[in-house]
Amino acid sequence: MRLFLRFFIAALALALMPRVGWAHAFLDHAEPAVGSQIHNSPIQVRIWFTERLEPVLSRIQVFDAANSEVDKRNVHIDASNPALLEVAVSPLPPGKYKVVWRVVSVDTHVTTGNFTFELTP
Amino acid sequence: MYLKDFRSPKLAAQLAATLISLTAVPLPAFAHGFAGDRFFPATISTDDPFAASELSFPTITAIRQPGSPSTKNVDLSADVSVLIFPRTALSIGDGFQIQKAPNQRALTGFDNAELNLLYEFFENDKHEVITSIGVTWGIGGTGRRSLGADSFSTFTPTFYFGKGFGDLPDTLPLLRPLALTGTLGLAIPTRAGNRNVSADPSTGRETVSVDPNPTTLEWGLALEYSLIYLQEHVKDVGLKAPIDRLIPLVEFAMQTPLNRGAGGLTTGTINPGVIWSGQYFQVGVEAVIPVNHHTGNNLGIIAQLHFYLDDIFPKIFSKPLFTP
Repeated sequence: MRLFLRFFIAALALALMPRVGWAHAFLDHAEPAVGSQIHNSPIQVRIWFTERLEPVLSRIQVFDAANSEVDKRNVHIDASNPALLEVAVSPLPPGKYKVVWRVVSVDTHVTTGNFTFELTP
Repeated sequence: MYLKDFRSPKLAAQLAATLISLTAVPLPAFAHGFAGDRFFPATISTDDPFAASELSFPTITAIRQPGSPSTKNVDLSADVSVLIFPRTALSIGDGFQIQKAPNQRALTGFDNAELNLLYEFFENDKHEVITSIGVTWGIGGTGRRSLGADSFSTFTPTFYFGKGFGDLPDTLPLLRPLALTGTLGLAIPTRAGNRNVSADPSTGRETVSVDPNPTTLEWGLALEYSLIYLQEHVKDVGLKAPIDRLIPLVEFAMQTPLNRGAGGLTTGTINPGVIWSGQYFQVGVEAVIPVNHHTGNNLGIIAQLHFYLDDIFPKIFSKPLFTP
């Protein structure tokens, strides 16, 4: 039983200790927000992740309802925030847009996802 | 290309740059709990279909068992799983049990150890589907018999599946965070029955009885609603930490003996609860509700701390130990 308690304390310490490495990058929030309705065309799509990203292997693509890519294919990581990925978009007409992302955190774990936003007049 | 070509400084520089870029860009690692965009947590009462490096420690179960007298059972268990080959994990687990009857000293001891080999044989990212097969070896004789540990081994070949509902149409957005995982296994004991020999003290006559060990269908389901998925893929509803990382779920952990006089008597528990999943670990707690009076009459509780070893120690565990 004492042995178990020692292991338990060690496990608890492991869980509560400050970050010791890196992990999967999850979407923290996005601009435009996930599933949002907006009235003005965004200049860019920005996604904040929970981990620092590997710039070469991370990307965002934006598609319109006809599945045509409408971003400017200039994905880059923000200079001041290594967990913020951005891509510029051309002025968009009203419609529904799909944002598809695939990122690799600096420890090489891959995560993917997609969400939509709607531009209304 | 010939060796002499490397005498060209331009070509050599290009080759060097290519080699450097190949070694500097890390190869991506796909890891625990993902099928496409879907993150599945490690379920608590039933097994999940993922081959991954992870540690469940501790899992604490507390429930009062029926009987005369009824006993209060607490089980403290640990389970470690390591990705040994691509899509193949080996895990070992054991538990320490404390049984306490009223006015009696507590009985303590280990459960039988279990070894499991699991192989993910199909994954469809678009439809968030994963299926696996595995076999569990309940190692007979490694636990304390007086606490109910079997003296014989049991082998349980099992089919595992997971399905996320992110592919539902846009007209059903609030159902897209739903996911289902499940298992279907056949627990085959290596001994058909246990012989008990007792002697009548007055006559001295020996009586032999046999307790059957039936083959048992072990089946489990876990229905999950991921607030992580809701926030990341469907709609940012403004949930803040720690709520945005919660996965409410209900698990069904059931057993149905199939033969040897015990056929058809299903027992099991329904376990509603919640899991919080962070970057490196998850914690979960569930109520344990017996499905019928054969299982018991008392409410129990199960709680688990679970570590994602591949995230905590990526240099060791983000890749399989052996890659052919």
